[in-house]
Amino acid sequence: MSSLAIDAVDLSRRYGTRWALARVSLRLEAGQSLLLTGHNGSGKTTLLRVLAGAVPASTGRASIFGLDLGSQRAAVREQVGLLTHSSYLYEDLSASENLLIPARLLGVVDPAARVRELLGQVGLEGRAKDAVRQFSAGMRKRLSIARMLLKEPALALFDEPFGELDPGGIQQMEVLIRQLQGRGSTVVLATHLIEQGQSLCTRRLHLSGGRTAAA
Amino acid sequence: MSARVRPGLLRSALVVLRKDLLIEWRSRARINALVFFALSTLLLFSFALGPDTRLLGRSAGGYLWLAIMFSSVLALGESFRVESENAALDGLRLLPVDARAIFLGKATGNAALLLLLSAVLVPVTLAVYDVRALEGLPRLAGVLALGCLAISAPGTVYAAIAAQSRARDVLLPLLLFPILIPALISCSKATTLVLHGDAMHELGSWTGLLIGFNVAYWSLGVLLFPSVIED
Repeated sequence: MSSLAIDAVDLSRRYGTRWALARVSLRLEAGQSLLLTGHNGSGKTTLLRVLAGAVPASTGRASIFGLDLGSQRAAVREQVGLLTHSSYLYEDLSASENLLIPARLLGVVDPAARVRELLGQVGLEGRAKDAVRQFSAGMRKRLSIARMLLKEPALALFDEPFGELDPGGIQQMEVLIRQLQGRGSTVVLATHLIEQGQSLCTRRLHLSGGRTAAA
Repeated sequence: MSARVRPGLLRSALVVLRKDLLIEWRSRARINALVFFALSTLLLFSFALGPDTRLLGRSAGGYLWLAIMFSSVLALGESFRVESENAALDGLRLLPVDARAIFLGKATGNAALLLLLSAVLVPVTLAVYDVRALEGLPRLAGVLALGCLAISAPGTVYAAIAAQSRARDVLLPLLLFPILIPALISCSKATTLVLHGDAMHELGSWTGLLIGFNVAYWSLGVLLFPSVIED
């Protein structure tokens, strides 16, 4: 595995006629943490989605741990976890079912035990059997992070991880991010809560109008 | 890192199938709506034909399949609405799950739902359209299974395409119905032959056509579905 977690050169992404991301270059060593800042619509979410292999870049190239994002998308996805505004949850299924399905698809050997452990970590063990439809936005966010942790990603991409969380939830999220960092995961964190972000990250990249800009 | 053994294509498809069936079971109101829609369609056709019992009996096969086909649009659309909500399909893609497994799981789930719907519609059809054909029921079950599989394979691909559009409710029948014409004709003919007798031994030809349709569209689905959800 390459020592560079992210090696992106001139990454651009266009939606219709609008460039959401324009010629962004980025190199991040494995194990480092990057804080991504910028106003709404500055391209943070698009950059994270491109790096996760959720959407292809319109131009430019990038590799994740030496794997090419264009030609080795499935292998890249194996390495990356993405937490975004979309929860990826099924409303009619319970919290534990929402984790058991990806656990089985990932081939986790004892999925039930792992799911119990993760629900405990995000403070949802008491709501394991409740349908997600009944959950508050903060509880959904906690369940989404549990879903992401299930994958144990080498590169964890967080898009506004503190949004919708109460103070206790924010603290818990910080602990979970630090645990990931402690295990050697590379972290990219996009947030408007600069102080919180800076306490977790060693580097910072500011985006404006889809381009790299001075903070 | 917790121990992992990545499942193969078929095991992944089974997990997706189980998930879809579980969601359908949990949201039984949707199944009920589907059944009521199909029953209403079937009854409206019978009212439109009038009280001519011979005409009703002869038309039973065709109207049964029209009711199943119209209802399938609701079922197929719903199966991708669930995936669009909270971008759950993106979540599966990014795990990553083989797109072919997603297709196989969802298409089999859709076929199972249509088969369940058919099991409710057949007794009603026999009663309302005044058809007595109990001895033909095992063969009818075979035709129903082939027909539901034939609707669900192209239906799953087109529902995935339509789900990406704002006009999804209009787009799905527009894309799907023309493709289904050969399957609809085969299903109607085969059902009529099972219900009313097959003096000319034509049933084999119509079921053969249905099997061919299934082989073609399930293969195309496996090949095309990855591009549909990725690009």
